[in-house]
Amino acid sequence: MPNAETAIQLDRVSRQYSMGGATIQAVNDVSLSIARNEFLALLGSSGSGKSTLLNLIAGLDRPTSGSIMAQGQNLAELTSIELARYRCNTIGMIFQSFNLLPRMTLEENIELPLRLAEVDRGERPGRVREALERVRLTHRLGHRPTELSGGEQQRVAIARALVNRPKILLADEPTGNLDSATGEAILSLLHDVQRQLGMTIVMVTHERPLAERYADRLAIMGDGTLLSASETVKEGAR
Amino acid sequence: MKPRDLTDLAFRNLREAILRNALTTLGVAVGVASLVAMLSLGVGLQELASKRLSQSGLFDTIFVTPKNNFRGMGRPQREMQSDTPPRTLDEDARKEMEKLPNVIEVYPQIRFFTEVRFNNRPFATVVAGMPESSRNSGSFDGMQGNFFSSPTANEAILQIEFAKDLSEKPASLIGQDLALRYAERQALPVNDDSSTTSGEPSGGFSVVPKELRLKIVGIVETEPAAGYGGYGNARLLMPLSTASTLRAAQVNDLRDIVRDNTANKTTYPSLSVRAKSPSQVETLEASIKSMGFAAFSLLDASKSLRTFFSVFDLLLGIFGSLALAVATLGIVNTLVMAILERRREIGVLKALGAADSDVQQLFFVEAGVMGLFGGFFGVLFGWLLGRAITFGTNVYLKRQNLNPIELSSVPWWLVIAAIVFAILVSLAAGLYPASRAAKLNPVDALRYE
Repeated sequence: MPNAETAIQLDRVSRQYSMGGATIQAVNDVSLSIARNEFLALLGSSGSGKSTLLNLIAGLDRPTSGSIMAQGQNLAELTSIELARYRCNTIGMIFQSFNLLPRMTLEENIELPLRLAEVDRGERPGRVREALERVRLTHRLGHRPTELSGGEQQRVAIARALVNRPKILLADEPTGNLDSATGEAILSLLHDVQRQLGMTIVMVTHERPLAERYADRLAIMGDGTLLSASETVKEGAR
Repeated sequence: MKPRDLTDLAFRNLREAILRNALTTLGVAVGVASLVAMLSLGVGLQELASKRLSQSGLFDTIFVTPKNNFRGMGRPQREMQSDTPPRTLDEDARKEMEKLPNVIEVYPQIRFFTEVRFNNRPFATVVAGMPESSRNSGSFDGMQGNFFSSPTANEAILQIEFAKDLSEKPASLIGQDLALRYAERQALPVNDDSSTTSGEPSGGFSVVPKELRLKIVGIVETEPAAGYGGYGNARLLMPLSTASTLRAAQVNDLRDIVRDNTANKTTYPSLSVRAKSPSQVETLEASIKSMGFAAFSLLDASKSLRTFFSVFDLLLGIFGSLALAVATLGIVNTLVMAILERRREIGVLKALGAADSDVQQLFFVEAGVMGLFGGFFGVLFGWLLGRAITFGTNVYLKRQNLNPIELSSVPWWLVIAAIVFAILVSLAAGLYPASRAAKLNPVDALRYE
């Protein structure tokens, strides 16, 4: 049973896909508890099921079996609209390919979650500016994503993920498209944000050295199963 | 999402693919334009016909005849079956009818065969008295010369065919005089002796030839007196008041003289009762029948006309809608293409918290906005097309020496209905793409390159 300190509780979660008559077991019987304000790195090779697990926690997908409790909500019991509201208010997501809408300015991209959360129009400019200040990009407010470097785009994506003040930040390979220096800067930023805002971060990554440096804990996946979830990164390693 | 945000996003999305969306909207506009142009022609023709007919007085006029009138023989006469005893259609009856509610005027129909002398040549024709109200009936629109200067003027308006009989250059007749030779009816005193010996009614009238000079003031191409009374088309028209002072012997006089002994009293073969509006004709007709007269109106013909135009408009609407149906396919195509292009964007929206209904509504609003603009510009194009057709028609009519007409009409109801219809059709076209976009799996959509 999850206690008050648990942000996310996965209990025997499985996800199967049918593809061309074959059944693919993407996630198999995973149980994992993630504490509030914890920075967890999910490691594993390609096809190990870590992104699928992240999508299940994000409520973008539903498990074939098992249950997921996030911030006290059982995702299996939520309707499609409630799941959308959960993604809007509880979750912030960042992606490997940033997924900013190229037709919109940075300001409009960051405002998008506020529109979806039906935040008052008067309140939005302040919230957008606050999010951009956090990623130190206020001077690029009117620019379009294509006018920014990869690192800057990912910082904008982080600002967009933070603008609705979520409790959980899910990052799917956030440094995958960045050089190592920029990747490190991004993880440093995520680490600062987590400390300042008291958020739970679940990050999928291939880069073990970076994960070891910034994450509180590592969970290793292979072939859809959780191989290990007990490694704790020492504070002094950062 | 709030409606304003939804609309903002929809407009933004439409702006981003402006060429494709503008072309799709243009397709809707062309469809609406075709619909509006067709219907505007239908409405214009209907208004033209209704205006002409209502101005003619045929639809607000009741034709009253005595019940014992022989006209209508061979047809079942419902008036004959009524219990009300037949009455003589005389001056008393005329005054009585004038007092009925919603009656504008009651005037006799005066028509008689006569001889006209012009340049010492005789011409036989039918003369009709025209009431002053016929001035505004539309029948005299575009006439050469003028309408009668006063209701009692000794003036004549000639029908063009008759004018051509009189002169090779009809226009030159205006201002010239002609002589109207007619038979004046003079009542004879009652002879008591003859009545006792033969047992026949006494009285009667004598016929005295008279002549009146009339000044030709106008020539008309229409037949303003057609259909009045059914004695054939009158080709020489004169003011009704002038015609009535002539006491010219008419067709029914001989019949009246053998029927009763009131020949010295003015009787009418028929009277025309004009109601304030066609809607009052039915009630008035019943009142007149209950007074003991036969009455009929052309209201039923008017109803048939409205039915005809409704069917006509429907057919025009169906043909006009074909282009809109094609445009609808354009909307479906554009939005389906947009889903393919914006697949990843839809995934991002869902990852950020958009519900299926938000995505669906977004596509719906985009379809609706295309419909709104398509409808607006379609009405504008349709109106311009109608004007162009009217212009072309009037150029042709002018060459034929005919009066210009207002062929197309775009009333407010058509403007609003066309825009609403365009929006509804566009929304219907957006149903499938919007539903498809809403059902997109966000995980698959985010993976899409």
